[in-house]
Amino acid sequence: MSTVLTMAMPKGRIFEEAVDLLRQAGYPLPPEFDESRKLIIDAPEAGLRFILAKPMDVPTYVEHGVADIGIAGKDVMLEEERDVYEVLDLKISECYLAVAGLPNGHDQRVAPKIASKYPNVASHYFREQGQQVEVIKLNGSIELAPLIGLADRIVDIVSTGRTLKENGLVELEKIADITSRLIVNPASYRLHAVRINDLVERLRTLVESKEEVQ
Amino acid sequence: MSKPFVFEKPAGMRDTLPAFYQKNEDIKNKIKQEMESWGYQFIQTPTLEYHDTVGEASAILDQQLFKLLDMEGKTLVLRPDMTAPIARVVSSSMKHVAYPLRLAYSSPVFRAQQREGGRPAEFEQVGIELIGEGTASAEAEALALMSEVFKKNEIAGFTVAVGHIGFVQELLSDILGNDDRAGELLRYLNEKNYVGYTSHVKKLPLSSIDTKRLLKLLDLRGGIEVLDEASSLNPNRRGQQTLQELEDLYHLLEDYDAAQNIVFDFTLFSHMSYYTGIVFEGYGAGIGAPIASGGRYDDLLSRFDRKAPAIGFAIRMDYFVEALGKKSDDTRRQCILYTDERRKEALKLARDKRSEGKRVVMQNLSGVKNVDEFSKRFDDVHYLIGTQQGEDFS
Repeated sequence: MSTVLTMAMPKGRIFEEAVDLLRQAGYPLPPEFDESRKLIIDAPEAGLRFILAKPMDVPTYVEHGVADIGIAGKDVMLEEERDVYEVLDLKISECYLAVAGLPNGHDQRVAPKIASKYPNVASHYFREQGQQVEVIKLNGSIELAPLIGLADRIVDIVSTGRTLKENGLVELEKIADITSRLIVNPASYRLHAVRINDLVERLRTLVESKEEVQ
Repeated sequence: MSKPFVFEKPAGMRDTLPAFYQKNEDIKNKIKQEMESWGYQFIQTPTLEYHDTVGEASAILDQQLFKLLDMEGKTLVLRPDMTAPIARVVSSSMKHVAYPLRLAYSSPVFRAQQREGGRPAEFEQVGIELIGEGTASAEAEALALMSEVFKKNEIAGFTVAVGHIGFVQELLSDILGNDDRAGELLRYLNEKNYVGYTSHVKKLPLSSIDTKRLLKLLDLRGGIEVLDEASSLNPNRRGQQTLQELEDLYHLLEDYDAAQNIVFDFTLFSHMSYYTGIVFEGYGAGIGAPIASGGRYDDLLSRFDRKAPAIGFAIRMDYFVEALGKKSDDTRRQCILYTDERRKEALKLARDKRSEGKRVVMQNLSGVKNVDEFSKRFDDVHYLIGTQQGEDFS
């Protein structure tokens, strides 16, 4: 049985921070890692194989077991609700999920329209608030929706708040804090317990030491 | 909704074609033989059950049940698991058969797919239930039998994780006192959300020792030494008892020569809510989900008014076959191609070969358009063609 662990990595926003973190935790990652357009990258010295996926898809790969572990944003975990272990908060790519809308725009409708890349999170949140809404799924540039009248409010991630501000929107309610998480497939968690525990511990020590510095 | 194309099937439904069917069947027979040789008797229960009985007792979420109405408007379910139907049988049709009972099954179960493809909504389970036996011997027997099945089929990387629902519950309620707070943490554990669990524990107003005890719970995974680590968390009397049970179980498994592949794992929670004691799952290399799972369920039978302790496990055939990879005897078939003149001869040859256990196809030459194409499908083809008696061109 091979001891190479397959790790699903999110392309884009979280990628660089995650690579940094792994290097600091002592995993020798090949230099081409940063520029390559390859989707599968082997790092034999680290005993790891990486697959580069869309952030939203990382938990899917891990749930189906084609990746043993993965790095996924909490936003994605909330949206996808996959059957995987969420073992460690990596404390990177910090942001939060929030409801935003036009300033002093009050809802005229019985069921206001909500645009979001996170339809499950949005409907779950408003359900908990006891509010009747209609959720419209968009894939990006969510801020557009209230500006041109597609939706009354949006649910999206906010990191600096700049995009909202530049588009004349204001944050209305905060839903949840978001950071990246280390996730593990339930079967791999037992089959490769030793290797995975080692990886988790190395990352945990690193994350905790960073916390202390701050 | 548009009308489905002829090739479309309801979500999660699959066809089984000859090659896979044969392989699945061969492996399944081997598993069934092992279970039979341990004295388990196979039974079959109906595909449809009442929602109010089996549907309610089953641990499968309501939204995963396939439901329909019968002619009187009563809600029926396609059986989502086999444990609840067997509990019903044991408490009704087999009410007068004394405990303990050793029953087995090999049946498809149905669980609706909400989200996407890639997972079947109907899949076959082969399993056993040992009912009316509350001792550690029963637990050892179930685990040893499962291990034996995995070993005999040479599942690569085979590992069994064993946990105990009772230990975790006792520890949580011992530290937290009230059930609400324990319930909150149990929910995180059930959701496999350790990040949420950890940060919630850190927020609770507890002594630093208790906080450590709760956090350490997540690390209780590994060999027999884990039981000592668990004991060092200072569980209450009942918690300590569960550890003793697990240690006894381990020694029993050593006697069965089935302890090598066992790991203890107190973080193991099953989605089957009826489990009350030990729970276990079997894994194999390259399969991202448990191939087999089981546990003790001492309260289920009382729902059917025949209270009894019980333990059982089920193997998922699709994952089991996948874990075996290509290793399986492929089916060898022969063919006798004949013409009318030599039918009798052909029949005799077929009868002889079949009695030797060979798989023989008889095909009249006039019924085949492309003989070359057709004969390629067989390992061996006998031509009984024309009037020349007794000649076989194979």
